[in-house]
Amino acid sequence: MASTTTGARGRRGGAPRRALRLRAGAAILAVVVLAVVLVPLLFPLDRQAVDLAAKLQPPSAAHPFGTDEVGRDLLLRCVYGLRVSLLVGVVAALVATVLGTAVGALAGALGGWADRTVMRLVDLFSSVPHLLLGIFIVAMFRPGVWPVIISVALTHWLSTARIVRAEVLSLRSRPYLDAALTGGASRWRVTLRHLLPGVLPQAGLAAVLMVPHAIWHESALSFLGLGLPAHEASLGIMANAARSSLLAGDWWPTLFPGLFIIVPTLAVAGLAGAWRERLNPRRRSELTL
Amino acid sequence: MLELRDITAGYDRGAPVVRGVSLTLAPGEAVGLLGPSGCGKSTLARVAALLHRPDAGTVVLDGTPARGWRHRAPREQRTAFGVLFQQPRLSADPRLRLADAIAEPLRATGRKDQIPTRLRELAPLVGLGDDLLARRPHEVSDGQLQRACLARALVLRPRWLICDEMTAMLDASTTAALVAVVESYRRESGAGVLAVGHDRTLLERWCDRTVGWAELGAATGMPDVA
Repeated sequence: MASTTTGARGRRGGAPRRALRLRAGAAILAVVVLAVVLVPLLFPLDRQAVDLAAKLQPPSAAHPFGTDEVGRDLLLRCVYGLRVSLLVGVVAALVATVLGTAVGALAGALGGWADRTVMRLVDLFSSVPHLLLGIFIVAMFRPGVWPVIISVALTHWLSTARIVRAEVLSLRSRPYLDAALTGGASRWRVTLRHLLPGVLPQAGLAAVLMVPHAIWHESALSFLGLGLPAHEASLGIMANAARSSLLAGDWWPTLFPGLFIIVPTLAVAGLAGAWRERLNPRRRSELTL
Repeated sequence: MLELRDITAGYDRGAPVVRGVSLTLAPGEAVGLLGPSGCGKSTLARVAALLHRPDAGTVVLDGTPARGWRHRAPREQRTAFGVLFQQPRLSADPRLRLADAIAEPLRATGRKDQIPTRLRELAPLVGLGDDLLARRPHEVSDGQLQRACLARALVLRPRWLICDEMTAMLDASTTAALVAVVESYRRESGAGVLAVGHDRTLLERWCDRTVGWAELGAATGMPDVA
């Protein structure tokens, strides 16, 4: 009796926790996206406006997040910084996923020596630390948003390529592909109509999981001074600039950009986690039914 | 005439599963291939349907030797076969509705205009109503799915049907229904049927002649059949 109740409670406990994570993640993301879209429209303040008389003011009604070391409003700069982070995160994740899916699907579908060559190249790229490779790529361009996007995308397609290739390999031996061949389908038709659609849920999940990763990467590059130009609002640049004032006891220029990096990435990761849990039982039922 | 001559095939070059097997299938003839599990009869069926490249030996279709396997086989040679597999779950694309799965070979060969006609002909033949045709594979039973697979195998009017343990997952009544559909297609079209299985009673009732795997393995060159 006792064991049944705990079992039932355990089962009931799983779903609400998942729903909570889903709702919290979606709500936070909605607020973030609204803020990023609306704030620049509603407050046409100059986010670069320097006011040395008002430097390093603690949070107040006029400046809810306080001001930084040259008197710029931190709330406004955080929102603009988040805008850059989201842009880099989403675009880089998309580019990396398209690239990784193409390479992985090609390697998996072709098989043989083509597969072996491509995957050894992927291993080779993976053996270099991401950040090092990213720094190398960024260093070849003038500072700006696009070099950062290219750098993050080019260092992050490898894991997607591995995931997609593994999926393609597991689908490749399914008899429905044999049936398609006997039905007169060309190799391309088999790949595009039967193989790729089976891989897309996994690739989509990989893309969503990559968004927070890409945001962290952008912040890291900017923190190191290799991302955006120094005057631009970027969370990484703000965190770097705030280091000196943190030692003097001014906590707000560090805390708020840090929260702006952590909270949206956790929200995206939570959403991706809920998606992954939805994906798994469905796949299991597809196999056993 | 479908001739398998001295086929050696497998998945690892050092250890072939099928060694020097020959088999002939005349038009309109149903041949049963009996064998224990794991003996290589499915591999032989895949070779016959041009889905697996043999290590040695030739497959001759109406006097023309097959030169390519899988996507490298000429389309008219590939589509001369209809194949049915043991597990309908794995034989149907989980994303396609049954109607689309049945029509897929017509789409792949650029005969979209024939889809409504062929669907109207085949659906009653295999006993699938409009309700079932609109469902996806996970919403139907194994037997219903295998009927859709049979309709798909027949949609291009193949000259040979390769049934690889087609009824192993099904109950007796579905088995009887499926065999009846295959038999009526064979009578009406003059297609040859290669039925692979381990159920001696079924194959002996169904087929004109039944060959045991051991007889094939012992055979060298062409078996003495008409």
